[in-house]
Amino acid sequence: MTVLVQTADVVGRHLRFFLRQPWFVLMALIQPVIWLLLFGALFKSVTQIPGFSTSATYLDYLVPGVLVMTALFSCGWSGMSIIEDLDRAVMDRFLTTPIHRSAIITGLNVYELVAFGIQAAIIGGLALVLGARFAGGLAGYVALTACAMLVGLTVAAFSDAMALRLRQRESVIGVNTLLTMPLTFLSAAFMPLSLAPDWIATIAKVNPVNWAVEAGREALAASPDWSFIAPRIVALAALAILSTAWATSTFRAYQRSI
Amino acid sequence: MEPAHDSPAIAADSLVKTYPPDVRALDGLSLEVPAATVFGLLGPNGAGKSTTVKVLTALARPDAGSATVAGHDVLRQPDRVRRAIGVVGQRSAVDRTATGRENLLFQGRLFGLSGGGLRRRVDELLGQLGLADAAGRIVATWSGGMQRRLDVAIGLVHRPRVLFLDEPTTGLDPEARRALWDEIRRLSAEGMTILLTTHYLDEADQLASSLAIVDAGRIVAQGSPDRLKAELRGEAIHVDLATAEDAPRAASLIDRLDGFEHPVLDRSRLSVRAERAAASVPSVMAVLEGAGIGVAAVTVARPSLDDVYFRHTGRSYQAQLVETAR
Repeated sequence: MTVLVQTADVVGRHLRFFLRQPWFVLMALIQPVIWLLLFGALFKSVTQIPGFSTSATYLDYLVPGVLVMTALFSCGWSGMSIIEDLDRAVMDRFLTTPIHRSAIITGLNVYELVAFGIQAAIIGGLALVLGARFAGGLAGYVALTACAMLVGLTVAAFSDAMALRLRQRESVIGVNTLLTMPLTFLSAAFMPLSLAPDWIATIAKVNPVNWAVEAGREALAASPDWSFIAPRIVALAALAILSTAWATSTFRAYQRSI
Repeated sequence: MEPAHDSPAIAADSLVKTYPPDVRALDGLSLEVPAATVFGLLGPNGAGKSTTVKVLTALARPDAGSATVAGHDVLRQPDRVRRAIGVVGQRSAVDRTATGRENLLFQGRLFGLSGGGLRRRVDELLGQLGLADAAGRIVATWSGGMQRRLDVAIGLVHRPRVLFLDEPTTGLDPEARRALWDEIRRLSAEGMTILLTTHYLDEADQLASSLAIVDAGRIVAQGSPDRLKAELRGEAIHVDLATAEDAPRAASLIDRLDGFEHPVLDRSRLSVRAERAAASVPSVMAVLEGAGIGVAAVTVARPSLDDVYFRHTGRSYQAQLVETAR
């Protein structure tokens, strides 16, 4: 019970900070829009490549990719809040109170998901305006968003853990450039894997980002194959829980080192 | 009215804490703080004061040793310790992106306080520390002194039994310092146990009923300020030399005289203890004059906490004594 209350308090703290920074809000809203417009325009004609097996437009194909990428990129910066709190000695203060360590991590990451939820709604709305059609309807879009959130949680926990371990902004930047970016392009986010080299297709099989993209895209189909989606969601959820537990445990290493 | 304070509020036994590669921040530090007293932890920068506070507040784990705070084992029951203590760290730890009131409400909620009780407590603290007018403004716009007072308020929200103040007045102007001293006295009178680290000697002298001097991770002296001063027999003779270069030579000359303890050097000032200081001044002057060492001034003084400090942390001949911010 206390953990939930504390988690909610931590979410509130970050949300309040977010809403007080008009630039943050603007950036968070504009960035996915840019991806959608830019990638949509740039790759418009790739659907004409032989083997691009979709009857729909590239925009329809692109939406799940952009959504998952947006989740990764927003959540990947999560560790920056930790670094900020460490630098300002706020983290040490929290650690001398009875707050549950898990509430610090979960509260921060749930806040990231709330912010991402707003982005997801904007991407969906804009995609519809641009002419995308979601055969799976609202339910399908919510399922897609859930897939993106699960992989986002994993990346956020990773970012938090690296921040607590290395305590440098570079560690968080590293998560984003060395992990998030490659994993996005080693997936079917922008291009069917049937058109990609074999080695990329092989890596994509064990790439959680690809699980989220493929499961989310399937959820948007007219008649989703849930036997394809369910195991991927379970795996993504397991990964999110494991990485959150790991991030929480890094507090112990941190407290031993100070 | 007050309950009997049999067991100490803070007890540390042989604490050891090392940082890689080979910094021994605590080297077998032990101390005891009786309940409802102000205890001063004095020492040069890097002596281990802050590390002691980190270990006693269950923030950092020691490599060896044990400690109890408010009757709870710091290593085995850290959560109980955390409920009983308030901490004001050496660096300000306010959330600069929130308002003063939000800072206090958030801290209170971490201790399970809520609703009207918490709001009243927050208003009370804001008033007590003179922050009521600024309470609704983002803390980043506050002055440093106000932020420091907010730090203290944050440490007090849940009415802790034991309060840790790690150099609370560093960087405060004299007026703010005195206001904080009054606050510390008031809290102590209410029965709170306070551990205060400082490198201001007058602060320890004013506030602490007992104190310990830390040097290189160990306690080198412990007792009430008066007892520590009384332990220094006699009085001090301070000789201000005309040039600092003569100091080591002058020190070795005086060291050879009978009836003097080891002289302590601080730049061009030479301090030496003597049973009957006033009567010994002529012999000191004679020795220095004979060696052609110029003297700018000589003073005789009753022992101060300064002397206690120098005595225990100064290393007689190479006494490059710390930057004891005075």
